[in-house]
Amino acid sequence: MVMSAAGTLAALRGSIERIETQGAACCQRKVPLGHAEADAHLQGGLALAAVHEVFAGAGRQTAAATGFIAGLARRVAARRPLVWIRQDFTEVEAGAVSMDGLSELGLDPRLLVTVRAADVDQALRTTADALACDAVGAVVLEVWGEVKQLDLVASRRLTLAAQASGATGLVLRMAAEPRASTAESRWIVRAAHSPPASHPSSAWGSPLFEAQLVRNRHGPTGRWIMEWKCDECLFGKPAAYPQPVAAAPAYRPHQAQSVFKRKPAPDAIRGGYRLA
Amino acid sequence: MLRISALNDAAARCGLAIGLPLANARAICPDVQVHDADEAADAEALNAIADWCDRFTPLVALDAPHGLFLDITGCAHLFGGEAAMLNRVCGVLTSQGFTISGAIAGTAVCARTLTRHVHGRIVRDDEEAEAVRPLPISALGADMAVVTGLRRAGLKTIGDVAERERHEITARFGARFTALLEQALGLGDMPISPRKPLPEYIVEKRFAEPVATEAVISATLSGLAGTLVVAMGKQGKGARRLEARFFRTDGAVRTITVDTGQPVTRGEVIDRLFRERLEALNDPLDPGFGFDLIRLDASRTEIVVQEQRDLDSHVHDQDELSALIDRIAARIGGKRVVVHLPQDTHIPERAVWAAPAQHHLTAATEAAWPARVAGEPPLRPLRLFERPEQIKVIAEVPDGPPARFVWRRATHAVVRVEGPERVAMEWWRSQGAMLTRDYFRVEDEEGLRFWLYRDGLFDEVEQKEGKAQPPNWFMHGLFA
Repeated sequence: MVMSAAGTLAALRGSIERIETQGAACCQRKVPLGHAEADAHLQGGLALAAVHEVFAGAGRQTAAATGFIAGLARRVAARRPLVWIRQDFTEVEAGAVSMDGLSELGLDPRLLVTVRAADVDQALRTTADALACDAVGAVVLEVWGEVKQLDLVASRRLTLAAQASGATGLVLRMAAEPRASTAESRWIVRAAHSPPASHPSSAWGSPLFEAQLVRNRHGPTGRWIMEWKCDECLFGKPAAYPQPVAAAPAYRPHQAQSVFKRKPAPDAIRGGYRLA
Repeated sequence: MLRISALNDAAARCGLAIGLPLANARAICPDVQVHDADEAADAEALNAIADWCDRFTPLVALDAPHGLFLDITGCAHLFGGEAAMLNRVCGVLTSQGFTISGAIAGTAVCARTLTRHVHGRIVRDDEEAEAVRPLPISALGADMAVVTGLRRAGLKTIGDVAERERHEITARFGARFTALLEQALGLGDMPISPRKPLPEYIVEKRFAEPVATEAVISATLSGLAGTLVVAMGKQGKGARRLEARFFRTDGAVRTITVDTGQPVTRGEVIDRLFRERLEALNDPLDPGFGFDLIRLDASRTEIVVQEQRDLDSHVHDQDELSALIDRIAARIGGKRVVVHLPQDTHIPERAVWAAPAQHHLTAATEAAWPARVAGEPPLRPLRLFERPEQIKVIAEVPDGPPARFVWRRATHAVVRVEGPERVAMEWWRSQGAMLTRDYFRVEDEEGLRFWLYRDGLFDEVEQKEGKAQPPNWFMHGLFA
């Protein structure tokens, strides 16, 4: 009799837990990025109270990745304080984040608090602290290189802190390869070309990113060219860019003799616009 | 010439004296053992003793080269009265191997005069004059010239001098000596200058048995924090700077300081800040054989304005953010948490001042940043190099925009270029001549966007170098 009562209790607890977690999943707050397809893939937008990772693409793509993460932070944090945590080393390697630059992208430098951590351990610890504070809109952690401290355990700790407080964590990884983590979404970002112009000295437009969504816990992955609209503070499709991007033809005989002397494009997007 | 700067009782009995040349001393007493004087080490030892003396009173002043003043006004009863206190201070120091002479008197100079001659005198109020009268002049600690002069005049004791008219003494030896004499007689007082400003609030806990475990130490700190906030709360104050002092049984004292951006009025906040600080210490708190006294000071406080808060989340956010900044600063240091303030200059690398967030958070939230021009693409890079990096540039015409450039061993072909944007240097501020910069925004074939500049116009470079040569190019920033 006692056993069966305990069993019933356990079963009830289990079902309550299921109901609760399902409720949490469907009530998860999201912020639309503004790019229709990306939002559809993300089922409404970037999840708040979670951790997202942005990797800089191979080569010197740090500034593009920084721009992309600044955009995400602006969408997520809106008018709330933003904490930006970085190691001392990144500043030498990739330059310091400039307040004028952030302000040009539509972020408010008045809401920014920067933490200059001496090493990765300090940076991770500080990030967990900052994520546990519910007054913070978003926390950006900048990490350079492959670091063994940022493993599954550390990543889980950040995710738990974010879930508990409702703050959103954004991890900017430079000179690193994606690894297993508990991130809600993971992006690889490269700079995209400005659309071809009639005159070579004509000005460029808004920042353009080639963003590849390589991990998405609740939906498919994808790859888009995104434009950050500095005035509306929204991502969007670049207007002047040849859209939609067609799949690369299977047979492209003139690829090697391209007058542009570029290395073969690894993806469909490049090819698409060059032919256009 | 080597002279004796200090000696012990045995040497004094042999007839040696301070100031005696070493050769004479060796002649008087051939067995004398000599060590080099080390004034720095002496001062350090005196400071360590002063640290230890902090447990008796917060007002401890150094009287170089080997004296200490302790202002024990209102403290003596805590240690069982003046006699017991003097015994305890001198006893502990004697057991550590120091030769000590102590006295308690109404004025600092009187007490010092007494210690020069006898040990352990306690002088009641208004009895200073009788106590110092029989002492020799040298006990006053005046200049040698004054002491010799008085001795030649036949005045041997302080009492002899005190009987003379003051104006006679002043005319011969100066007003400073008269003041010293008056103070020794208890007629005036010399203010002592304590080593540390008096904290506004002090709470402490003494242990009969020294404590060494982390659990007891942190429990003690939280208990003290609770007491401290109650005391401050009665006067409507909050702490901006807190000092925890740990007194070890062997005399070593460790001080740990925590600063806060907003006045703290809650015990648990203080407790948490100290926990963060103690965890992050590079050289952890070493209890040795244990601490027998733990003290918490509020050395800087502010009046807390009690304001009625509406349900506005913005105010709550500011408070929470400030608390977060305090915690991070306690852990990794206040200079590592910064906010940004715009500076009135157009030189890009000087446009922002990164100020410690604890002290400038309010200023930063109210700062006026130059507004962005709507509809324009970003005109300033997102990442800026603190030191611009020199690059090799090939331009089609010498004055023209770059066509290709080499940065960090990689060649970039320029596809788009916009510029120049000329930035002249601030001649009214810079010491050496800084060159005018022509900035270009360029995009390379991969879509990467850079901010380059040419350092100096052609005639500027010629003027500076003395001959015509191509100007240098620098990489200053990266656009998103």
